[in-house]
Amino acid sequence: MNILVTKDLSKNYGDFLALDSVSLSIPEQSIFGLLGPNGAGKTTLIRIINQIIFADRGEVLFKGEKLSQKHISGIGYLPEERGLYKKMKVGEQLMYLGQLKGLSRKETNERIRYWFKRFDMTGWWEKKVEDLSKGMQQKVQFITTVLHDPKLIILDEPFSGFDPINANLIRDEIFELRRNGASVIFSTHRMETVEELCDHIALINKSKKILDGPKHEIKDAHKSHSFIIEYKGELEGTSDFFEVLHEAPGAFQGITKMEVKTSPQVRSTDLLKFFIDRVEIISFQERIPSMSEIFIRKVQGETNHE
Amino acid sequence: MSKTGLIIQREYLTRVRKKSFIIMSILGPVLFAMLMVVPIWLMTRDGGESRTIAVVDENAYFAGKLKNTGSIVFDFRENDIALARQQLEERMFYGVLHLPLMDFNKPEGIRLYADRNPSMDVMMGIERSLGKVIEDFRIEEAGIDREILKKLNANISVQTINISKGEEKESSTGVATAVGYVASLLIYFFILFYGVQIMRGVIEEKSNRIVEVIISSVRPFQLMLGKIIGIGAVGLTQFLIWAVFTVIIYSGAIAILGINNLDTDQIQQMGQMTSTTSAGETEQMVQEVFKAIGTINIPLILFSFLFYFLGAYLLYGSLFAAIGSAADTDSDAQQFQLPVTIPLIISIVVLGAVLKDPDGSLAFWMSIIPLFSPVVMMMRIPFGVPVWQLMLSMGLLVGGFIFTTWMAGRIYRIGVLMHGAKVNYKILAKWLFMKN
Repeated sequence: MNILVTKDLSKNYGDFLALDSVSLSIPEQSIFGLLGPNGAGKTTLIRIINQIIFADRGEVLFKGEKLSQKHISGIGYLPEERGLYKKMKVGEQLMYLGQLKGLSRKETNERIRYWFKRFDMTGWWEKKVEDLSKGMQQKVQFITTVLHDPKLIILDEPFSGFDPINANLIRDEIFELRRNGASVIFSTHRMETVEELCDHIALINKSKKILDGPKHEIKDAHKSHSFIIEYKGELEGTSDFFEVLHEAPGAFQGITKMEVKTSPQVRSTDLLKFFIDRVEIISFQERIPSMSEIFIRKVQGETNHE
Repeated sequence: MSKTGLIIQREYLTRVRKKSFIIMSILGPVLFAMLMVVPIWLMTRDGGESRTIAVVDENAYFAGKLKNTGSIVFDFRENDIALARQQLEERMFYGVLHLPLMDFNKPEGIRLYADRNPSMDVMMGIERSLGKVIEDFRIEEAGIDREILKKLNANISVQTINISKGEEKESSTGVATAVGYVASLLIYFFILFYGVQIMRGVIEEKSNRIVEVIISSVRPFQLMLGKIIGIGAVGLTQFLIWAVFTVIIYSGAIAILGINNLDTDQIQQMGQMTSTTSAGETEQMVQEVFKAIGTINIPLILFSFLFYFLGAYLLYGSLFAAIGSAADTDSDAQQFQLPVTIPLIISIVVLGAVLKDPDGSLAFWMSIIPLFSPVVMMMRIPFGVPVWQLMLSMGLLVGGFIFTTWMAGRIYRIGVLMHGAKVNYKILAKWLFMKN
């Protein structure tokens, strides 16, 4: 079941096409990475999902229903450009934002107390936001996003500006929220985050979706079928089922490091057998492309096509 | 509570709890009351303190004829101006009035010696008293009978009777002018002050970057409307507090200073300062004012004041909200602020012309066009306005604020999401017609 589906979403700003027929499916309980260079259309897509702006064409389905005002309480949004009312007290501010999302006074109060306890913030109710440190403000900001227990949490560059301790705290909370049934959309161009957290990704470039799917499948599809082998001894003879890309013989204690490329038909075990029969294997590893490599390759490839 | 209600509540409470609001609420009425009480207090205080003026009369005519006034006591001295001036230096009296030998048909050379600049009040008192003596002398010399003179004296006061709607009503131009001015100026200041508050509020949300969080929960239009209504309620609260406190402080101060029961003597004195009316005439004047206040249509004025007050606030308030949404900082907003305040300033500037001819074509058109009508119409209403004109003006005002709110809403929804964009009128127009 998908928590959110977009079908052929398009959006124009005057003459500028900000989104061009973007179709996405975001599975339930997934952590979905929305990737793309600056200005690709990520923020536009997120704003459409949040009903801040509306698409010119296409539709958005939330749990199979057409997205409408009643789904606002099901979505939590942490924009990239974020802030709080500086002069307001933390407690009042959270009460206000929680109720705006459709919670009752009582519910909001209970939830705030839950999160205060969880983040070790008891006693913060009466503090003014402007008197808090930046790290403390970030915690408050995160609570505003998840206070109403949304089924879909949208985080736009969540770790930018967060210190490492808070970043870790938030990371743990994201996993916890997913365990409890929420789905998370990450919009980012930080590839470490994607590697570490996301299980699905979509890549948007120049208003178009150019890639999407489960992370492991994408990596599979983009692997170059090359392997890195470290061995001791002399490798004699060659084979026609691989070609040597790179070789560094005896660099360290007689260990040779070699990178070879095979064709998709060759199984890794066959390759391994070839080496085992001839040399002493120290390590054998398939070269899996990083998300960063895939990102750069796809985005640059797009640019080069033009 | 509805989401718009929540926004109104927040806008209202955060502002009402501010220190500056509380200080303004207390300080405002104190200032108003002072403006009203201090002049009265000064007048009555002055009356109690009489100044002695030494008179050296070389004509030997004025003694006994020159009448003391409320604040001046004339003290006739020996015919020695040098001695009197010397005594003045010893501060025995306020001043020395020197009346040299003169021809009463051509009085010249009268001097007042004082060791400081005498007040207007003293100068006028002396001149009036001397004038009276010389006038009496001339009347006698010309051989005019005093009784005849009294009969010749024409004291005319034209009563204006308003006969609209077949009813005869007494009206007073003076009171109508005062009521019109107060109402017009109140609307003007309220819009300027609270309009800018709306603008600042919008800019604050934009620069705090909280606006995107809010409008993922509510429609931008709800946020804008909530802000306008919330701030309007703050303004009304402030006015109410001011009105109540001003009355309390005013009456309290008057009671404490003991000037609540101005006796006829004092009223007469106050009257004399401005004109030579007798006590009876002063009383009559006061009565006329009260009667005139009674004749203006207070319910109509109150109703239209409230109507134009709110209509104008909504009309201009939404424009100010739109300006705020298009700017990132207060200084960015200035370039757009001027065109919005110009119609307001024009309305105030034409008030004088409207007053001269409250039924003229300038007054008519200005009181029909929604941008000017609130201020200008409030000036006209105390003088009486045909019902159809009032209805037309009010109808257009309602249409006007619906239009500006719609327009502002369209600019606002785009503007609040734009950061760092250099906005000009062309871009504003583009936003206006942009699809959502």
